[in-house]
Amino acid sequence: MNSILSALVFVLLYGVSYGVVLFTISVGLVLTLGLMRVINLAHGAFAAIGGYLAVALMNEAGVPFAAAVAIAVAATAAISVVVERLFYVDLYRASDLDQVLMTVGLMFLTTASLNLLFGPDIIPGDLPPYLARSVDLGIRAFQAYRIFVVMLGMVLILGLWLLFERTEFGARLRAAVDNRGMAEAMGIDVGRLFTIAFVLGSALAALGGAVGYPLFPLEPLYPFKYLTLVLIVVSLADFGNIKASAVAAILVGIVDTGGRYLFPVSGSFLVNALFILVMMHRTGLLRVRIA
Amino acid sequence: MSALLEIIGLQKSFGGLVVTDDIHLALEAGARHALIGPNGAGKTTLVGLLSGIIAPTSGQILLAGSDITRWTPQDRVKAGLVRTFQINSLFPGLTVQQNVLLALSEHLGASAQFWRPIGAQRALFDRARAVLDWVGLGAYTDRRVSDLPYGPQRLVEFAIALSLEPKVLLLDEPAAGVPAADAARLLAAIEQLPSDVAVLMIEHDMRLVRRFARSVTVLVGGSILVSGSPDEVMSDAEVHRVYLGRAGDAGGARHA
Amino acid sequence: MSRALALIARAAIWLSLAAVVLIFPDELSFATAIVVMALFALSLDLLLGYAGIISMGHAVFFGIGAYAAGWLALAGWQEPLSALFLAALAAALAALAIGPLLLRFTGLPLIMVTFVLGVILYEAANKATAITGGDNGLTGFGFAPLFGVFRWSVFNRVEYLYALAFLCAAYHLTRRIVASPFGLALEGIRENATRMMLVGAPVRKHLLRVYVLSAFLAGLAGALGTVTTRFVSLSVFSINSSIDVVVMLVLGGVASLHGPIIGAAVYMIVHHLAAQWNPYHWMFVIGALLLLVVRIGRGGIVGIIAALAKRDRDAARSHAR
Repeated sequence: MNSILSALVFVLLYGVSYGVVLFTISVGLVLTLGLMRVINLAHGAFAAIGGYLAVALMNEAGVPFAAAVAIAVAATAAISVVVERLFYVDLYRASDLDQVLMTVGLMFLTTASLNLLFGPDIIPGDLPPYLARSVDLGIRAFQAYRIFVVMLGMVLILGLWLLFERTEFGARLRAAVDNRGMAEAMGIDVGRLFTIAFVLGSALAALGGAVGYPLFPLEPLYPFKYLTLVLIVVSLADFGNIKASAVAAILVGIVDTGGRYLFPVSGSFLVNALFILVMMHRTGLLRVRIA
Repeated sequence: MSALLEIIGLQKSFGGLVVTDDIHLALEAGARHALIGPNGAGKTTLVGLLSGIIAPTSGQILLAGSDITRWTPQDRVKAGLVRTFQINSLFPGLTVQQNVLLALSEHLGASAQFWRPIGAQRALFDRARAVLDWVGLGAYTDRRVSDLPYGPQRLVEFAIALSLEPKVLLLDEPAAGVPAADAARLLAAIEQLPSDVAVLMIEHDMRLVRRFARSVTVLVGGSILVSGSPDEVMSDAEVHRVYLGRAGDAGGARHA
Repeated sequence: MSRALALIARAAIWLSLAAVVLIFPDELSFATAIVVMALFALSLDLLLGYAGIISMGHAVFFGIGAYAAGWLALAGWQEPLSALFLAALAAALAALAIGPLLLRFTGLPLIMVTFVLGVILYEAANKATAITGGDNGLTGFGFAPLFGVFRWSVFNRVEYLYALAFLCAAYHLTRRIVASPFGLALEGIRENATRMMLVGAPVRKHLLRVYVLSAFLAGLAGALGTVTTRFVSLSVFSINSSIDVVVMLVLGGVASLHGPIIGAAVYMIVHHLAAQWNPYHWMFVIGALLLLVVRIGRGGIVGIIAALAKRDRDAARSHAR
């Protein structure tokens, strides 16, 4: 009994922590999709940039973990402002194909740049001792890092909820998502809202990349490698629903972790199977009766 | 005189919001019927329900006696129920001729052919030319629709509907926003529609209603306020209160 | 241009492409790879350029065709022509199975779903090493000489002309389709699918048809790759493959049919040259090219040439006045 409980707690903790990082990386894309209706395939690039900057600061400049993450997030946010004004502004009214092409192009440029600056191999990064150590939760011992991530996630989700539901900014954002034309008619500067949302999303992605590098290793192909997972989360979250994306990301984290734990060889397929089942349900092929 | 189009108890609600409320309407062949009412009354929703884009919450639609309530939009078009759009819904990257050819090709069952070039289908081209000339678009045949000014675009909207040889034609504010010269051509074309076609026209312009309609229905808040001949309706006090403004002030009924 | 002149011009182009056998005898393996990619890109032009279906997972059908041809050869079926068609048919059948489900999605959801499905298939193929050979790929098979006479060899002469013949046939087939009423219907769907419904068009049926046809041609391209190289690797299913073919198509010019051929050639050559410099640097070039293409607007290379030609003609006309 004890070992089953131990396994369950393990899957939960590891799954949720994985899912939280995934959520942090993905929520920006959910926001962009829901608000601007832009498919930003290059979204993962900001996570990569945030991660690389944080690890570089820690490895090369000896900057402590917390500071490195903070600086990386701020720097990436600054970069995203420039990128938004330069490239994404044109995309808001562009066709789907143009959006795909431009963001794929940005993905290519990001990967090539990361390779140029940091080389093609996975960047090693050690966690600071206070995170790397083990914590005994009674049932079994876990790495402090995992607990830290879960707590960070809860703070983040709470913070985002407060932001969207309890602030004027959030209200304006929700109005613009629901009905852009009406929001503009009411005097809301939707263009500025877009920029702020974009920067927020990119900063969050950078946070995810910076904090999550033990779970999502940093290499030049990062934007490509994790694009699928991010897209799965976004699709499961019905392409624009932030609350659903938190649930979806954590679900993906748990299913993936649990799957790998139970079926080491084919476990990673469970997430894909989940995706297919949900998509089929969405198109009406699989109707699940409740009551 | 059996009805060509019959609407029985048609209802559409979105959650708690009732948009179309228990509509009863009958059109016989050759009808010239106008549907008027303030903005938001549900006129375009009704056309959406009739053309099959929106599914009703309850009620029935009968076309020449057949219950088409569950039919797909395509099947309704094939049975002769055709609509035009208030905001143009054209094929912008294609030429005027191609826009009409598309409709003709589907109507005449040619669209499954993938081997013979469309250029060889003389019958299609002749029909297309006939429709375009009839509507007055002959000069624009090879122009891209997206390059056209608004007036001719509106004519293309009408030409597409005409190519489908409708038995029942739903016109959603056909002349709205169209400059005078093109409007005149459009209205002439409407006037020359075959006499056995049933026409339901959504309109705001009372002059057009008086010119074309032999019967009028007033729709307010999703339900029918009154139906009758143009004179009956336009002298009705309730209609004036809700829609037309002061008695006799037909100009005040024009909405932006 | 008069019809006879146009016909002669086109014949000349295809003949000069065939002449590559004589002009670049040492580059024929690369040239064959370009032809295979050109066919792949051509298949996507039908779907994306004409019908407006943005599929970011088209490599699935390329891969199915490639592996089907490999398995046929390994199982003993080594007649190259029939193996090719059977492999392409396999891809078409897969499209027939998944099309009705997939085509319910449109726009951004469709892009994402096709992308993810492509990745899922890649991972499945990666895991199923017993039938796909995993990272090593499928090897150890060959095909019987073409028509019993022409042998496959390291010189790749037969391979190149074989592939070119299929590209030529596919090009002319798609030209006919695009010029037909069905082709016009596809463009109508691209321009305004709702209105197509309201002129009575069986939109789903039309789309399924073009999807299956496009998959057939993509599978044909994949199988062609297998027959000409006697090797199949997992890369046929990769995300890269799906993204690459979209890039090739757009670079060359969508909805033009010769665009994808030109785009494939340009892309492959640029990639080849840049990759010799550094495995990642080609991404700089292609990334920049993509941004340029989007900025400049419609048409890719073909569009730019057409626009320049039109400017020349307009200038000449105004001079003549």
